[in-house]
Amino acid sequence: MKKYKFLILRRIIQLSFLFLFAGGNYFGWEVLRGNYSSAIIADYLHLSDPYAVLQILVSGFIASSSVLLGALLIFLIYTLIGGRMFCSWICPMNIITDIAFRLRKIFKIETEAKVSVSRNLRYYILALSLIVSAIFGMAAFEIISPISMLHRAVVFGSGAGWGIVAVIFFVDLFVLKAGWCGHICPLGGFYSLIGKQAVIKVKHDKEKCTHCMDCFDVCVEEPVLDIVGKESDFIRSGACTNCGRCIEVCNDNAMKYSLKFDFKK
Amino acid sequence: MVSRRKVIQRVLEGAVFVGGGGLIWGKSIKANSKADYVLRPPGALKEKDFLKACIKCGQCVEACPYDTLKLAEPGDGIANGTPFFEPRTIPCYLCTDMPCTDSCPSGALDLKNLTKEEEKPDVMNSKMGLAVIHKESCLAYWGIRCEACYRTCPLIDKAITLDYEVNERTGKHAKLLPVVHSGVCTGCGMCEQACVAGKAAIFVLPLHKATGKVGDHYIKSWEKEDEKRIHDQVEKEDDEKDVKSAIDYLNDDDLIDD
Repeated sequence: MKKYKFLILRRIIQLSFLFLFAGGNYFGWEVLRGNYSSAIIADYLHLSDPYAVLQILVSGFIASSSVLLGALLIFLIYTLIGGRMFCSWICPMNIITDIAFRLRKIFKIETEAKVSVSRNLRYYILALSLIVSAIFGMAAFEIISPISMLHRAVVFGSGAGWGIVAVIFFVDLFVLKAGWCGHICPLGGFYSLIGKQAVIKVKHDKEKCTHCMDCFDVCVEEPVLDIVGKESDFIRSGACTNCGRCIEVCNDNAMKYSLKFDFKK
Repeated sequence: MVSRRKVIQRVLEGAVFVGGGGLIWGKSIKANSKADYVLRPPGALKEKDFLKACIKCGQCVEACPYDTLKLAEPGDGIANGTPFFEPRTIPCYLCTDMPCTDSCPSGALDLKNLTKEEEKPDVMNSKMGLAVIHKESCLAYWGIRCEACYRTCPLIDKAITLDYEVNERTGKHAKLLPVVHSGVCTGCGMCEQACVAGKAAIFVLPLHKATGKVGDHYIKSWEKEDEKRIHDQVEKEDDEKDVKSAIDYLNDDDLIDD
């Protein structure tokens, strides 16, 4: 059980968000309404996805002040404190892609992509989404976002939403390991960029490490672990989602959540 | 050191990615947002701005107590995740508290669009569309008493009125003909839903599809306000054109043969 404490906590939080969103639609609960792009808590506090709002702004529309402030709040929370925590603690797509990731391990599905796909692809897609938004006058990623479609599948019963979720699941399972969250999703790319210097980071202790590679085995963003076993430091890459899998699987207590206050590259 | 060949290859790859990918991405979202006949909730911005502003959170749909509003899905041909309604199925019942417009966080639905001058926002100022009547399939125009649309209209005798006309065929009956007034009609579509025809003979189209526009050069001489435009127009043209040369052009040397 100890090996899954963060995983279980994350699932509880992710499913709670979905549950509250669904309750907002089906039963009129006012705890949390809207979706992952823009939501309102207790009919009072607006929260917005800064990446979605950025797309709206470059498409040529000044969003209302409540949405702008909501986006600023979220932006500050992840930039200063949480890093890329949205991806592993809130986003519902993470549940789907984690299952695919796990099944790959269980069934030993090893696929080598014909063309090597860089994890930097998401940053290019992020840049492209802003260009497309500006030229075509529409928030480019929002209109095709599988995260929003998964939300609509659950909260509004949209069939097409489940379709796109299935596509991502099978791509992750059979085509590209950690394909969606690790290579494609521009929202993940956005949070990787802004969350690099956030305070909450995983810290590695080289002295305790026995090079068992258990952490590499569970990490969906493997390259972020490059210092493991080599030096004692924070996992500094912005791509780390702070999911805590490495912490809970480590038998040597060589990983832990910690607070980082320096600004090294 | 990266070789020149590698750099050129990289630049070309980048160009293909941005150009090709961007074009496919942009064209496909445009193609799926071409629904010219889509009806939006009360207080929506003009379609082009609405598509920019809508953050697709679905709060208007959740707020709608009649399940009128739906979110577009891929395949609907309407921008994915944006709200719309189909009045023949469920029309807009024009809630006086406007929960959908009120719930919109982004400004895509704006109470300002329902406010005239200094007054409070009023759902009756909605311009979701305009009801249009196809006379040939309207029973009233056949000479049969119907009035379903007229009776159900929330702005009865304002948005839809009845014209009386002698039924020439029978020679002794009246035809009670529904007529829609575009200045008043909200586009709620209650008439479309009520229409007894198999396929509605009165139906709501978005304003830009259901309205025409007379050119600026036509002026209503019988309306004082409109007549003013003549003077504005003349003054403006005087500024732009060289009046002297227009009057004197026959006296120009160039036109006289030597």
